[in-house]
Amino acid sequence: MANELLAEQISKEYEYGFVTDIESENAPKGLNEDIIRFISKKKNEPQWMLDYRLKAYRYWLTLEEPHWAHVTYPKPDFQNIIYYSVPKQKKQLNSLDEVDPELLKTYEKLGISMEEQKRLSGVESRIAVDFVMDSVSVKTTFKETLAEKGIIFCSFGEAVQEHPELIKKYMGSVVPYADNFYAALNSAVFTDGSFCYIPKGVRCPMELSTYFRINSAGTGQFERTLIVADEDSYVSYLEGCTAPMRDENQLHAAVVEIVAHKNGEVKYSTVQNWYPGDKNGKGGIFNFVTKRGICLEDNSKISWTQVETGSAVTWKYPSVILKGDNSVGEFYSVAVTNNYQQADTGTKMMHLGKNTRSTIISKGISAGFSNNSYRGLVRISKGATNARNFSQCDSLLMGDKCGAHTYPYIEIKDKSGIVEHEATTSKIGEDQLFYCKSRGIDNEKAIGLIVNGYCKEVLNKLPMEFAVEAQKLLAVSLEGSVG
Amino acid sequence: MLSIKNLHASIGGKEILKGINLEVKAGEVHAIMGPNGSGKSTLSAVLAGREEYEVTEGEVIFNGKNLLEMPPEDRAREGIFLAFQYPVEIPGVSNVNFLKTALNEIRAYKGLEPMEAKDFLARLKEKQKLVELDGKLANRSVNEGFSGGEKKRNEIFQMAMLEPKLAILDETDSGLDIDALRIVANGVNKLKSPDNASIVITHYQRLLDYIIPDVVHILYNGRIVKTGPKELALELEEKGYDFIKEEVGA
Ligand SMILES: Nc1ncnc2c1ncn2[C@@H]1O[C@H](COP(=O)(O)OP(=O)(O)OP(=O)(O)O)[C@@H](O)[C@H]1O
Ligand SMILES: [Mg+2]
Repeated sequence: MANELLAEQISKEYEYGFVTDIESENAPKGLNEDIIRFISKKKNEPQWMLDYRLKAYRYWLTLEEPHWAHVTYPKPDFQNIIYYSVPKQKKQLNSLDEVDPELLKTYEKLGISMEEQKRLSGVESRIAVDFVMDSVSVKTTFKETLAEKGIIFCSFGEAVQEHPELIKKYMGSVVPYADNFYAALNSAVFTDGSFCYIPKGVRCPMELSTYFRINSAGTGQFERTLIVADEDSYVSYLEGCTAPMRDENQLHAAVVEIVAHKNGEVKYSTVQNWYPGDKNGKGGIFNFVTKRGICLEDNSKISWTQVETGSAVTWKYPSVILKGDNSVGEFYSVAVTNNYQQADTGTKMMHLGKNTRSTIISKGISAGFSNNSYRGLVRISKGATNARNFSQCDSLLMGDKCGAHTYPYIEIKDKSGIVEHEATTSKIGEDQLFYCKSRGIDNEKAIGLIVNGYCKEVLNKLPMEFAVEAQKLLAVSLEGSVG
Repeated sequence: MLSIKNLHASIGGKEILKGINLEVKAGEVHAIMGPNGSGKSTLSAVLAGREEYEVTEGEVIFNGKNLLEMPPEDRAREGIFLAFQYPVEIPGVSNVNFLKTALNEIRAYKGLEPMEAKDFLARLKEKQKLVELDGKLANRSVNEGFSGGEKKRNEIFQMAMLEPKLAILDETDSGLDIDALRIVANGVNKLKSPDNASIVITHYQRLLDYIIPDVVHILYNGRIVKTGPKELALELEEKGYDFIKEEVGA
């Protein structure tokens, strides 16, 4: 399987670097209370939402940008960003036929032809897609099918209108606006994102998916995702992202919150492929994201799987608060950096409940002049009896100009807690490469093969459709990195 | 098929091969014997294209093409196969996936479409039987956690799958138990045809009871110092390398 995928892929740089020629409607550049009012008004929001935004904004003004991550980058000019950009549409869409053909082309380039999605309905592998371009959610598929089961899957903006009680209850309950600099900024200016609610006892019959895309120049993307799994429910959620190639850096500061109730389970998978900048480190996305889930009640489970290949600078720690007894948190990560990319990523597992368990598997791969750091915190609070964690952090170096760093923080406040940590650093072996070549496999393919093998434990956690994309991406991102 | 003329190669500034001459014709089996450190693995690595070795002099022609100008993967695609003295582990990559990739790369080089899944599976089954390889090994990661003997057998399995024109077996017999030795030799013999050839590097006459060589060469201190019929291997086993040393006046 992997092999076929690798076999078909050809030498290419960033494949998703096209710009879609769609007219968009923008807010003026810059950030102040008027801009926030403008966004809120455009979205026709209730007063409580605007109040929330303004509170977050005023708090944000008091904050300093954080500098503790092992990354360096020019400070974004927050007054030089467009905070609201909407692809112009003439009217409300009822069917795919009415979608702007340019937009459909974008979907196709991204490999998520909606026509196909529709045709596929009825077979077992189905994905419902929410597509967020620049600031707004453009189209959500399968909404009706899902609604039959009582599942809500819609854009965040729509949820604010239609399900205000759920939004009020859960938004900011896991990542409060005061959490950190970028969470506060997001809470003030977020424009859209996805909302998903799985009611009691429902197993979501298909993968839910959001594709994010930054298209317009000079815009920032600030989306929010909120997923709530009620008692005894299950959902697998996928997130994909791409952006055009542009010389300037663009800011992406998202917030993702997950809530799992009793026996609820959420599996969240990301393939992050924002534009990483060119070979010399020019351009690329600054990806500063706050992702956190809470296992609110007993026996719940949250699992993060991420494959990070994109962005110029990444700062991201999908975390789990294990509050309910017997709850489970998982973090499976592959982070690839090449050229001048920098990534500081990892997780936090906060054990509060009894018999809580967490697993961390992190595979960092650095090539070129890049820097790749794992930063993880495992905290076992007092009263979290018999909590356990297993962490494994492996780093693979390709070449000798890149860096790999591991910062594991462990805090054990309860004597019964058990934390195991393993870490390895290895270089991609000349012996392995030569062995592959002596069998007729060229350098690029050999690297793809070896790296995919190295990441297997993580890739295995991805849903099939995503695993395919991820394997291709890994190989593409590392092209030209050795030999 | 293979013509090596005055081949000199060094590593880290140290000359290891000091003028090798060797002609291998289609259909032939050549055995190379020689004491530890004489350069046998170096010769096979140079033929397979290991970049660490610097060829300072000489030429190697393989089926009319200048082998030394080709990158290692092209040599493999042209039909050279090296069974490693120390096979390499590739964690997380299944043997099957590895072989499928290799096979299709070789096919692509020849302008052929990737092999159909069912044909591939059929070949897999057939060759697995040929070398009596446990089906479980085929699905495990390449050589990872294999015993020494299993690794060697896996090399022969790969050879069987890729059907090379020239196979170079670097001490494939060492570390094999008696049964495995017979199986490996059997595998090599079954793959023998008038169109392909093999170079068998070994320390022991024992293997040559199973794989009958047409010619035996003795490599000593970077040179082939003696070439003879299969009986030469017997003589060597009886007398040890001392008689060679005396003959070459070392
Ligand atoms: N990287 C290296 N640097 C320096 N010397 C090397 C290197 N690799 C091999 N050599 C030397 O080259 C010589 C030939 O080694 P080679 O492995 O070809 O021997 P061999 O005939 O295969 O021996 P054996 O029977 O033990 O397998 C040895 O003296 C070895 O130490
Ligand atoms: Mg040797």
